[in-house]
Amino acid sequence: MRKLVRKTLVALSSLCIAAGALAQAPAKEIRVLLANHPYGDLLKAAIPEFEGATGIKVNAESLQEGQLTTKLTTEFATNSSSVDVFMTRPLQEGKMFYKNGWYEPLAAYDFSDYPKNVMSVATFGARTYIVPLVTEWQVLYYRKDLLAGAGLKIPASFDELEAAAKKLNSDSVAGFASRGKGAAAVTQLSSYVYNYGGLYLDKGVAVFDSKPAVDAIRFYGKMLGNYGPKGVTSMSWENIMPLFQAGKVALWTDASVFYGQIIDPAKTQVSVDKVGIANFPAGPKTNSPFIVTSWGMAVAKQSKKKDLALKFIDWATSKQLAAKGMQANITMARSSVWEDKAILARINPGLVETRAFAAKNGYPLDRPYMSAVGEARDLIGELVIDSINTKGVSPNLEKMAKERVEKVNELLQDTGEYGK
Amino acid sequence: MIQSSFTERNLQLLFPLPAIVFVAMLMVFPVLYTSYLSFTNWNLTSGAEPTFVGLRSYARVLSEPRFLHALARTFAFTLFAVVIEGFLGVAAALILNRAFAGKSVAKLLLLLPLVATPIAVGIVFNLFFDPTIGLANFVLQAFGLPPGLWISSENSVIPSLILVDVWQWTPMITLIVLAGLAGLSEEPVEAARIDGASEWQILRLVTIPMVMPVILTALILRLIDALKTFDIIFAMTGGGPGYASETLNIMGFKYSFEYFRMGQSAVILVVLFVVVFGCSLGIMKLRASSEV
Repeated sequence: MRKLVRKTLVALSSLCIAAGALAQAPAKEIRVLLANHPYGDLLKAAIPEFEGATGIKVNAESLQEGQLTTKLTTEFATNSSSVDVFMTRPLQEGKMFYKNGWYEPLAAYDFSDYPKNVMSVATFGARTYIVPLVTEWQVLYYRKDLLAGAGLKIPASFDELEAAAKKLNSDSVAGFASRGKGAAAVTQLSSYVYNYGGLYLDKGVAVFDSKPAVDAIRFYGKMLGNYGPKGVTSMSWENIMPLFQAGKVALWTDASVFYGQIIDPAKTQVSVDKVGIANFPAGPKTNSPFIVTSWGMAVAKQSKKKDLALKFIDWATSKQLAAKGMQANITMARSSVWEDKAILARINPGLVETRAFAAKNGYPLDRPYMSAVGEARDLIGELVIDSINTKGVSPNLEKMAKERVEKVNELLQDTGEYGK
Repeated sequence: MIQSSFTERNLQLLFPLPAIVFVAMLMVFPVLYTSYLSFTNWNLTSGAEPTFVGLRSYARVLSEPRFLHALARTFAFTLFAVVIEGFLGVAAALILNRAFAGKSVAKLLLLLPLVATPIAVGIVFNLFFDPTIGLANFVLQAFGLPPGLWISSENSVIPSLILVDVWQWTPMITLIVLAGLAGLSEEPVEAARIDGASEWQILRLVTIPMVMPVILTALILRLIDALKTFDIIFAMTGGGPGYASETLNIMGFKYSFEYFRMGQSAVILVVLFVVVFGCSLGIMKLRASSEV
């Protein structure tokens, strides 16, 4: 029996040694978390080039954006992360990640190729933590054939948008679509709010109960309630895009990032020459659609291989790869790629024109920029749903907006961001 | 020799030890830790270290109308789903327990939903229920019925989710009850038949009572699972439209990973744990009394 115990002990200890050896995997190896985003896909395909050139092995994982945040949060909050580099959404999680100390400051990175307004969401205090990757702005997608058939021109104002939606709306085609699913709608509603002259937050205080903001929410609800697809209050872009691709939507306001997919002949039943992209229409007050840094890349503070991580981030955000992204109709954040005529000649002119407009006139946020943004979006989303359900004439909207503003201000106070 | 006698004397402790360690680490510890978290104000959006706040998180969450709605919805969803699944499942088992042509094919078809992954089921049913391009409305209209909004309307979202749950989980009840029926002895049934009982009387007074403990077992398993349903609802509606299909589990998830209020999320999950635990105890008692 004693022999058996001894043998077992020997076997166990040798197992432990073997496991220890396995845990100390090759030193030149990093773990990278990417988003299921066209640029994430592009990087994943290009990683072998990086591995070949540097000898660093890259373990890349791709996750849907919500799950990416969940995974990063879980790993970082429990101090158990082995992530070295990750894609991140500055407006959604930037403030929270910074506050919890999950981003490594990027002191040595050369940020000279990025516009100032883009850098504003990558910088906290005096330091920069995020390399901006992709920008998006709001546009109007439209069906050229349907507009021409009805003798309409491309809507350039909210009044024209409403008139066109009304005329094009039928049993088989929704005149107008935009996200109606509560929290998901908040980003797309933002340009409507701005063009009515409102804001979500003004200097760290919630102000979306102002008359212009409530008017914008009413207009959004009226448009979707009257001319939107059936069941729009449960629709985000992933539900609207298939409808547009199936020819069931005439006008659609959403982010520029989807243009590549709706003009991809493999994915759409509507022939490409019938699909147009235009500037977001002007509101009663102004025309200032959102133009935001939707994705960036960062090094994890908990990373034990920061030198390798920095090498990877230099490569993954390089000008060469940005140029490659542009060719795939991914709208990159670097300035230089938008000045390079050879690159511009190869990407879709509709994207170039709408970006130029948004870059000149747009607003750099598409949601309340705060740590508790998830909850704030749900609160504003309640207004959107009420407005859509009542086709914009809800008698309670002002009161509801006031209550939601109070709640968002409470969140700002709880997180020490009120009035800042 | 001392060592070997120690091992031999304590075999009854040593052999279950791995299982005890496993349960302690993966079940008892998470429950205790979640309970501990529910007494803190851990909130990642503030970036501050968690502090002990006693029952304050409970007071805040339990007084929220959204929480009470989610609690009521969790019960409503579970009750309707399990009752319908119970009836259909037992009926299907009784039918499949008889000999008829094509029985094995019918059995196979019936069991298919059970092996499908819930997330995949959710995605497919999402397309199926789409009010504009979905098959469900296409079928309704083919029969001259008005189209529905299914999961896109606050009024029909819970019934639609129950429908999916019933589709997927009725076969589980059938399977368990079928196993129970196969194990019954034929004698009481034959005795009843000789005594002149009708088929309906045999079913009601002999077969069902004999198989009742098995039915109750199946219902307990289903009940616990239905109370905790997450995947199908998450994949199909994420709790929407608005909060119209938000159950406790979905709300707990949103509080953790969208609001990052970890302490308050723990409160929701502790309540869910108590609910599931209470319901299981209740039914187990019921089952014990039915066996007597």
